[in-house]
Amino acid sequence: MNLALKDIRHGLFRFVLTCFGLGLLMTVVLAMIGIYNGLVSDALAVVKAPAVDVWVVEAGTKGPFAEASSIPADTRDAVARMPGVAEAGAINYQNVEAPHGGQTLRLYVIGYEPGRPGGPLAIAEGRGIGTSHFEMVADRKTGLLPGETIRLGRNRFAVVGLVEGAMNSGGDPAVYVTLADAMALQTELDPAAQRVQAARGAVSVKSASVAAIIARMSPGADVDLLGATVRQWKHLSAMTQADQEEILLASVVDKARRQIGLFLGILLSVSAVVIALIIYTMTMEKLKQIATLKLIGAPDRTIIGLIVQQAMILGASGWGIGLMLILTVKDYFPRRVVLEPFNVMVLAGIIAAVCLLSSALGVRAAMKVDPATALGS
Amino acid sequence: MALGDTLIEVTNVAKHFGEGETRVDALRAVDLTVRAGEVIALLGPSGSGKTTLLNVIGCILAPSAGRVVLDGEPVFDGKWLQRDLRRLRLDKIGFIFQSHNLLPFLTAQENVAVVLDLAGRPADEGRARARELLDYLEVGHRAMVKPALLSGGEAQRVAIARALANRPRIILADEPTAALDGARAGLVMDLMRKLAVEQEACIVTVTHDEKIFDRFDRLIHLRDGHLVSA
Repeated sequence: MNLALKDIRHGLFRFVLTCFGLGLLMTVVLAMIGIYNGLVSDALAVVKAPAVDVWVVEAGTKGPFAEASSIPADTRDAVARMPGVAEAGAINYQNVEAPHGGQTLRLYVIGYEPGRPGGPLAIAEGRGIGTSHFEMVADRKTGLLPGETIRLGRNRFAVVGLVEGAMNSGGDPAVYVTLADAMALQTELDPAAQRVQAARGAVSVKSASVAAIIARMSPGADVDLLGATVRQWKHLSAMTQADQEEILLASVVDKARRQIGLFLGILLSVSAVVIALIIYTMTMEKLKQIATLKLIGAPDRTIIGLIVQQAMILGASGWGIGLMLILTVKDYFPRRVVLEPFNVMVLAGIIAAVCLLSSALGVRAAMKVDPATALGS
Repeated sequence: MALGDTLIEVTNVAKHFGEGETRVDALRAVDLTVRAGEVIALLGPSGSGKTTLLNVIGCILAPSAGRVVLDGEPVFDGKWLQRDLRRLRLDKIGFIFQSHNLLPFLTAQENVAVVLDLAGRPADEGRARARELLDYLEVGHRAMVKPALLSGGEAQRVAIARALANRPRIILADEPTAALDGARAGLVMDLMRKLAVEQEACIVTVTHDEKIFDRFDRLIHLRDGHLVSA
């Protein structure tokens, strides 16, 4: 006869309500884990997207994500000719706010050279950029659809394709345009300002600078050698893909990451206290019944089983409800919530440990109960 | 009535609580023998030591001195002689409480069967024995009902069934009829006596209920921890 299950069934509504409350708490814990993972994943997404080995940036900077970087666009030709480089491309990044459908979209505009590294790796819907100007491939989270147009700066761009998971470390969805369009967007003035400049005799000069040159190496090529070669130009610096990822995590999202990590720690501590309190209270409410069981001869293992099993069922139910809820709502969060099976299982382990420890408190109280308290009124 | 084996033998048992000025002597050199088939009552004013004696016989409270033998087995002689007192209680002693103390999350039948389950008997045997006892006590029709829905008399009869489930030879009852009216109290005592005789058991009851005094073979009075008359 399983006394734990019988007791749960007896007060099923209350137990389910308690599990649901715990489940909501677990939802918040899982959401924080997911937001933490999402922050890291989003931050790395923009670096990983070009799938390159080397980033050539302005010397003395940690560009193009941690700091501004500006180098001559023709550096790409020089890098492409270096030993071990399979292909190279120039790339530009900038944030733009664009009106669309009565709202303002905040976009992360990535300018790349079609046919060279830096463009979207996989098109989820539609096609890639096929012309030199005024076409774009947008991340699905922008809400843009193939066939729609959107005004960026002075020009209107047609959305020709969609990608998924392309964004910057701030969570702004990315759009891909040609490098030429991106450079124009960055440097062109609006017509009124242009007229003022023309009236004072200034010559419109288009800057031919880009944020970085990215390069894919031939199999077996020495990345460090390429870096050393690049650094011979005093205005250039070279970083490996790993360096770039490290910079993003160590500087760009470090504070946000630590903030969420700390909050997650507090949340886990609060959850542990709440679980302990629930289990302890559940046990204290049963002390008279435990005394009766002791009096009629129930061994300790029966009483311990009653408490520990209920604690574990409570923890497992809370974890299950929390997981179910977060999987249901995670796509409605404004930023990505990324839940890895490993994280979910670690949380299950933590909850199991907390439940065991909490039930130990209850077991301690139960073991102290004098069976004589069952006698009398 | 022919009496059987000696089931309870309490010799020179004393129990005190506290020391020095705060010392309270709850039992002083109590001797008591109860034989199979006997139904006895422990009487006395509050604080006279009735419940303490019941707890000593029930192996819940260790005496300060003396010797206790239950069903021919020495259990206390200056110290506990049995390692597993709960197992001893499970096998030899049945308890009936003032408030029935049924487990609220079990049905009437499960409340009875749980004793056999704890004793390691198969579930089928527990169910059958519970059903048999509940039918005998005329509450079989309430077997699947939880205690909260039982009347006071029904709950007390289920508690009696639980106390008898493992066929103990010693039944200890603490004010078993306190919550019942006169007629029902007499009925419950008659049932307990009948079952005690059939199972060759003895019953020791703490009671203040004068209505049922005529149901006992002996009335044992306690005063200030002394056994004053038997």
